[in-house]
Amino acid sequence: MVQLTLPKGSAPKKGKEWPKPDGAKTTKAFKIYRYSPEEGGNPRWDTYHVDMDRCGPMVLDVLIWIKNNVDPTLAFRRSCREGVCGSCSMNIGGHNTIACTKGWDEVAGSTITIAPLPHLPVVKDLVPDLTNFYAQHAYVQPFLKTDTPEPEKEWKQSEEQRNELNGLYECILCACCSTSCPSYWWNGDKYLGPAALLQAYRWLIDSRDEATGERLDDLEDPFKLYRCHTIMNCAQVCPKGLNPAKAIAKIKHMMVERVA
Amino acid sequence: MSTNFKTPTASARGLGSAKSGTGHHIKQRVSAIALLFLIPWFLYAVIAASRGGYDGATAWLAQPWNAILMILTLGAAFYHMRLGMQVVIEDYIQKAGMKQGLLILNTFACVGLFTATALSVLKVWISAGL
Repeated sequence: MVQLTLPKGSAPKKGKEWPKPDGAKTTKAFKIYRYSPEEGGNPRWDTYHVDMDRCGPMVLDVLIWIKNNVDPTLAFRRSCREGVCGSCSMNIGGHNTIACTKGWDEVAGSTITIAPLPHLPVVKDLVPDLTNFYAQHAYVQPFLKTDTPEPEKEWKQSEEQRNELNGLYECILCACCSTSCPSYWWNGDKYLGPAALLQAYRWLIDSRDEATGERLDDLEDPFKLYRCHTIMNCAQVCPKGLNPAKAIAKIKHMMVERVA
Repeated sequence: MSTNFKTPTASARGLGSAKSGTGHHIKQRVSAIALLFLIPWFLYAVIAASRGGYDGATAWLAQPWNAILMILTLGAAFYHMRLGMQVVIEDYIQKAGMKQGLLILNTFACVGLFTATALSVLKVWISAGL
């Protein structure tokens, strides 16, 4: 059976409630998942009270405020702070998203829960292990493959052909979609997941690419591709507003087209 | 310490692409299209037939068109169920032996159910005296 509950050592326990900041007029509580491999033991939920008058508008601002003012041991990934790099993906208020473009006022409830992306091994606190996710991305060979000798100037593409890539090239590989997908939870070792498949379609539909058949061969598999059951969580959580489920459906159309 | 020294690439490639699955996808969709027509007919027919009691129902089922459509409905439904249950088993059961055992059982159950129900329809049809 798939693992529906957390193993004994992984279930989070109640953690520390940090004191409210001195002289703060407006505070908000943030319940944050903490786990440190050095300390060992089960993960825990720590509660932090943040002075909202001295903090920026985004959830990432809250995390940075906590790290700077309350607890420097809190670990999370971040880089561009403007929705381009995909580093700060995490589960905020029950939804996978990137912390830098999610306003804390957009999350309902008096306490906001922040956890790492679901169903991945945790390296520390909000930092998940994305090794398998990246290896799956590499599996779809996300680069132009051609046999025709490279033209002197450039590979040409019409405006219509270029438009086919819209809604695909924008993916920032934050892993919000794949880790929100139940099929990926249960069979993430064999199912490539929505992110890798969206990237696969991005190269399948590229008019300049000459390896379409090989690419389809590599994907045609009951698990690698056909574990997608169109649950649509991927499209719901994508912080860039993309629709991986639609891209996967189009791959399935291509598969049918070449046999019937 | 982890004792898994497999590289991430080896894990992602796994056993490689099975180069199948499209057939299953097409069969599943085609049987779904068939059921889109057959199930509404089936619901209407069962309600209509049950109004006349046992005799009425057998007389209704003995009509050639009703018997043909009933067998087609059973065929499409059990075939679709066989494909759907296969996906559910593959989704949730990870141990290879257990999974393959259940997949075989699934095929046996669906074929058995279809045979039993289709023969029942034929029996009613034939005993009504063609």
